[in-house]
Amino acid sequence: MDFGHVQINDPNAPAPNQRLSAASSAADSRYTRGKSTLERSLNKTKGAEVSLSAFAFMFSEMLQYAQKRVQGIQDLERKLNEFGYRVGIRMLELLVWRDKNSKRETRVLSVLYFVHTVVWKNLFGKPADSLEKSTENDDECEWLWCGAISKVTWKWGHMVRFDMISDNDPLVSRYISVPKELSQLNCNAFVAGIVEAVLDGCQFYNQQILTPFTPFPLSTPLPSPQPARVTAHTVPIDGFPFRTTILIKLDREILQREELLKP
Amino acid sequence: MGSSFYLVIVGSRDDPVYEADLGPSSKAPPVPEGTKKEESKHLNQFIIHSALDIVEEVQWNTTATYLKVVDKFNEFLISAFVSAGNTKFMLLHDTKSEDSIKTFFHEVHELYLKVLMNPFYEVNHPITNTHFDSKVRLIAKRLL
Repeated sequence: MDFGHVQINDPNAPAPNQRLSAASSAADSRYTRGKSTLERSLNKTKGAEVSLSAFAFMFSEMLQYAQKRVQGIQDLERKLNEFGYRVGIRMLELLVWRDKNSKRETRVLSVLYFVHTVVWKNLFGKPADSLEKSTENDDECEWLWCGAISKVTWKWGHMVRFDMISDNDPLVSRYISVPKELSQLNCNAFVAGIVEAVLDGCQFYNQQILTPFTPFPLSTPLPSPQPARVTAHTVPIDGFPFRTTILIKLDREILQREELLKP
Repeated sequence: MGSSFYLVIVGSRDDPVYEADLGPSSKAPPVPEGTKKEESKHLNQFIIHSALDIVEEVQWNTTATYLKVVDKFNEFLISAFVSAGNTKFMLLHDTKSEDSIKTFFHEVHELYLKVLMNPFYEVNHPITNTHFDSKVRLIAKRLL
């Protein structure tokens, strides 16, 4: 960037045309020095962290961008979820690849544990604060959870299991103050999108739900978004007013498959 | 008949992402033009397509990424590799050499990852990057 500032009053400066050529050659060498993405190493993690302030600025821009293009909170959360999805699907592939003895996760619990520790550590520098399984085949319990988290409005007959990953002080929304009229909004929908992508990549969502109709021609955009199956909710507890729970619902088909896979 | 290789990358929603006819092996003796091999070329896609079903069965019983030879069709063998995000790499070949195919898959997977890391690339869309293509061919030349 040092060639960018032309000092007109400098008596020792070379003639303008010389300066121009020097500038362009510098630009050329910079251009050729830039490696193609295919030449770069995927293993450089040291010193590659992004500062929190840079991320906070970026995220605030993302929020503003999204907010201009949606109607209502649900729509906004869905959009954030989509943003997160794009991150998550890449995180999954990259993190598994970086692991020395990389393997695919085929069981629900191991995937959730992977999200709770490996993914969280790489994104936020620490594992998530808790991983809980709430219910299985128990309608009453589901209703209880429904009471605790007032926002949930799903069809109850369909699903059988919830899992929750909680973070006491989520990094993503640390510098975001949500206005009163948007109090339902939780910006960790972005993180929920990441989690959803990881689970999706590991095939923990039913293909039927993902692609509801006929196969799509490649040129068309991805199918119209389904309601998110991983959602973020603010569940404050003592001392942690911003504690956020990522609620994961798994479909019956997945649990049936899990049963079949038991050795 | 000289050995030939045919690579297909299939996305997690069964979209075709990339295909390459990698031609005869560098180690095999050259085959005269216009022999039987040419005629069966169009079959490759069908063979790979039918092997996808078997991959989807096998992938649940192991957590390994490299699934070895999953299917056979006449003298052809199909090896498969499934990535963490469920992208399938399928290689049609007619000579057995597990080790070199394993390394081949791992290197192609790394290349694929690098394409995937590009934020302008959409998951499961075709890879049109010519650089990727030539790199894959280089790896094939070196290993197969």
